[in-house]
Amino acid sequence: MEEAKEEKKKSEGPSAGRGIGVAELLSLLEKSKAVELKDVEIVAEELTFELLPVVLQAAAPAAPPPAAPPEEKPLELERVSFEPLTQTYVGEIAEVQIGATSKEGGTRSRVIKIGGEKSPPFYRWEQPTPWRPVVALDVFGVDILPPLPKTIKQWYMDVMDDRAAWAEKCMREYGADLVTFHLISTDPSLPNSTPAPEAAKFIDKMADKISDPFMIGSAGDPNKDLEVLQEVSKVVAGERVVFASVTLDMDLEASAKALTKSNLDVIALAFLDINQVKELNSKLLDLGVPKNNLITDPSTGGLGYGLEYTFSMMERMRLAGLKGDPSMQVPISCAATNAWAAREAWAKIEEWGPREYRGPIWEAVTGLAGMLAGADLLMMMHPLAAKIVKNAAEILSKNKLKEDWREIPYENWVAMKI
Amino acid sequence: MPKILRPMDVYKYLPGTNCGKCGEANCMAFATKLIERQVSIEQCPEIFEAKYKDKLEAMREVLRAPVKDVTIGVGDRAVTVGGKVCVYRHELTWYHPTAIAIDVHDEMPEDELVKRVEQVENFVFERIGMQLKLDMVALRCVSGSPEKFAKAADIIGKKSKLPMILCTFNPDVMEEALIAVGDKRPLIYAANERNWKEYAKLASKYQCPLTVSAPGDLSMLKSLCRSLRKYGLDDLVLDPGTYLVGEGFNETINMFTMLRMTAIEKEDKDLGYPLIAVPAAIWLSPKAKEDEASTKMQESYMACALMSRYADILVLHSFDIWVLLPILTWRQNLYTDPRVPLSVKPTIYEVKEPTEKSPLYVTCNSALTYFLIRNDVEAAGGGWIVCVDTGGISLQSSVAGKRFTADMVAETLKETGALEKVKHKSVIIPGYAARISGELEDMLKDWKVFVGPRDSSAIPSFIEKVWKPEMEGK
Repeated sequence: MEEAKEEKKKSEGPSAGRGIGVAELLSLLEKSKAVELKDVEIVAEELTFELLPVVLQAAAPAAPPPAAPPEEKPLELERVSFEPLTQTYVGEIAEVQIGATSKEGGTRSRVIKIGGEKSPPFYRWEQPTPWRPVVALDVFGVDILPPLPKTIKQWYMDVMDDRAAWAEKCMREYGADLVTFHLISTDPSLPNSTPAPEAAKFIDKMADKISDPFMIGSAGDPNKDLEVLQEVSKVVAGERVVFASVTLDMDLEASAKALTKSNLDVIALAFLDINQVKELNSKLLDLGVPKNNLITDPSTGGLGYGLEYTFSMMERMRLAGLKGDPSMQVPISCAATNAWAAREAWAKIEEWGPREYRGPIWEAVTGLAGMLAGADLLMMMHPLAAKIVKNAAEILSKNKLKEDWREIPYENWVAMKI
Repeated sequence: MPKILRPMDVYKYLPGTNCGKCGEANCMAFATKLIERQVSIEQCPEIFEAKYKDKLEAMREVLRAPVKDVTIGVGDRAVTVGGKVCVYRHELTWYHPTAIAIDVHDEMPEDELVKRVEQVENFVFERIGMQLKLDMVALRCVSGSPEKFAKAADIIGKKSKLPMILCTFNPDVMEEALIAVGDKRPLIYAANERNWKEYAKLASKYQCPLTVSAPGDLSMLKSLCRSLRKYGLDDLVLDPGTYLVGEGFNETINMFTMLRMTAIEKEDKDLGYPLIAVPAAIWLSPKAKEDEASTKMQESYMACALMSRYADILVLHSFDIWVLLPILTWRQNLYTDPRVPLSVKPTIYEVKEPTEKSPLYVTCNSALTYFLIRNDVEAAGGGWIVCVDTGGISLQSSVAGKRFTADMVAETLKETGALEKVKHKSVIIPGYAARISGELEDMLKDWKVFVGPRDSSAIPSFIEKVWKPEMEGK
């Protein structure tokens, strides 16, 4: 439609933007008397392609041969303006605040906000990006460490025995927005599993030692995780830190009670199944967990191991939220750390090049894909990968750009000497 | 949302003679493959007879994707890009994987040029049963000399079957190269505001696809496309500019996304063409050479980001395997059909003619996991692999999501007859599934459950050092 309208406008004057203007063509046609024009609607495009040869033939005997050869096609720039498709959406994503200051009933020195989108990720011609996606680095507690790849371990060697110092290093030195204290030692299948009250003591200590907002990661056992949530929620009541995570196989009523009573944020974790995401989020919302405290995590397959599945699921979730599904109107979390399950990330294989580069790229690409699909919170491990993703988040979230990048003419790539 | 085609929409325009010359059983089978973009119209010889002229045109119109497919090169390494029918891959699927080109230039010594082109042509990385390859070379004119440029193009044309992207903005230089290799259907790079009339004539004369370049100016890009289409060209590739330094990355992602949304959802025909992205342009940054490793990293992850945001062609400069590996992997991921999870049949598989003494492994039925484990089981001397039906979901997620439970494993072992295949009465479960070992042992009564390594690359050493089954009759 839009195209047809433009055509019409163009065909109104002699400045039609082609070799021969429409008006001239018409007068030519009339002079030649070979073609009768009655009740004929002429679209410029048809004129150019279908009538032109006829015109020339008809005109030939009367006039001298045209300067251009007959096969010469029109070569005038037709100036049109680009109008992007701009959509509006009925739904919007809830804004979630992580951390609470003393004024808000907590003791954190700063807060973080995520979510609030009114359009798909980074569609800045439609809507501005309200808050940039944030990066959380992992800190492992209470007293054991998971098997970490050497390429990651080397960055934390000096702080491995001091979890608070580890957290400080992540934020101050490596630029993470926040950290997650993973309570992996609470896993009941471990021989010396940390009891829930012990885990709560540890979190209490961390909350004292660092003033930033943070997240608490559970071990992944439905019963024990609830115990941990209940104990931990007592020591961080009002702090609005994030509990990661609640799953469908947990006692959701008890979980919701602990969460709401202490005003905690929560990551609802589902397992690569969009119906499960919907069910879990709906249940938590129904049980009184406010939208502004809920973050959704559909599980992340690392690059090469199901990332495309996660990517498409996050895109679907975000679009569903914008189209009005309340269970999808919450920020998305992406555990880019799962990239490290891929041997491409950590294995020492000479033919694949140095793993010092391969690893962080693997995690960064995983995080970036999640972010482009809608993730608001990226859980990460390698400092360099975290730096890359945070930097990309900062750049992509800009709603107004400095135009300084234009100073390097792009065309120069063709002749550059490198 | 994409327009969903059914076989009937296309079938009605086919000759309907079921001649079988296309290689399919009948016209309906051919129609089904046509809508899945697995075959092209050209494979039907009859449709090109004069009497079917109208049908052919109508069919082309029906099959035309909102982002047109454009073929570059000739012969068995020719590559087709574009052909996209949806913005989001979950809406249907993305056809025609992003084509990856590596750059070379006309001031490279001949032996170096030939060597690089051969490296690109012969590059293969095998991953989950697929051979991942590079697709093209992009020849840049650095010399400014028509003779040098044409000579380099000629060398590439003679030494390799790879499609070429000829890169120069000078029409005289371009024509010299087209005289040499124009019959190989290279992609011309690029027509811009200044040279487009000459380039239109060249593309028309040599019947080659043409890139339209209007860096950072989408109105100019649309104007050029409109004009070139009016001129009669339809094999176009769009270059909105790949700015990667600083906030330019934002602009680039923004432009690519707007273009693809507008082409598909607004059906803007002027912009309904494949997109070319040039991550190699990161090397224009004055700081690029200061820290080469970090520039290469940027080239790698930005290429991946651009692929997520619709790049149909990538031009890369870095050739290091660690730069290419994430890009090739992400392309393989993105271009799988989202309607079909990559899975293998949940059954028992034999690796290297196993016997009753061979180890018995159990895992999920994700194709990724299966192929990885198969390789490592092979390296460990063979054995039996039983795949539990986890819906194609990877092992870690299935364990966490209760799709790989002791119940399910025990049942699958029984159903597949695996328990009768070996006499040592032991089974190896993946390290990530360690938590089900106790329960599984209870279920399998007098069987022993070994917890294998977390990563299957440790299987050979695990078999050598840990796996000590008790043989019957001992």
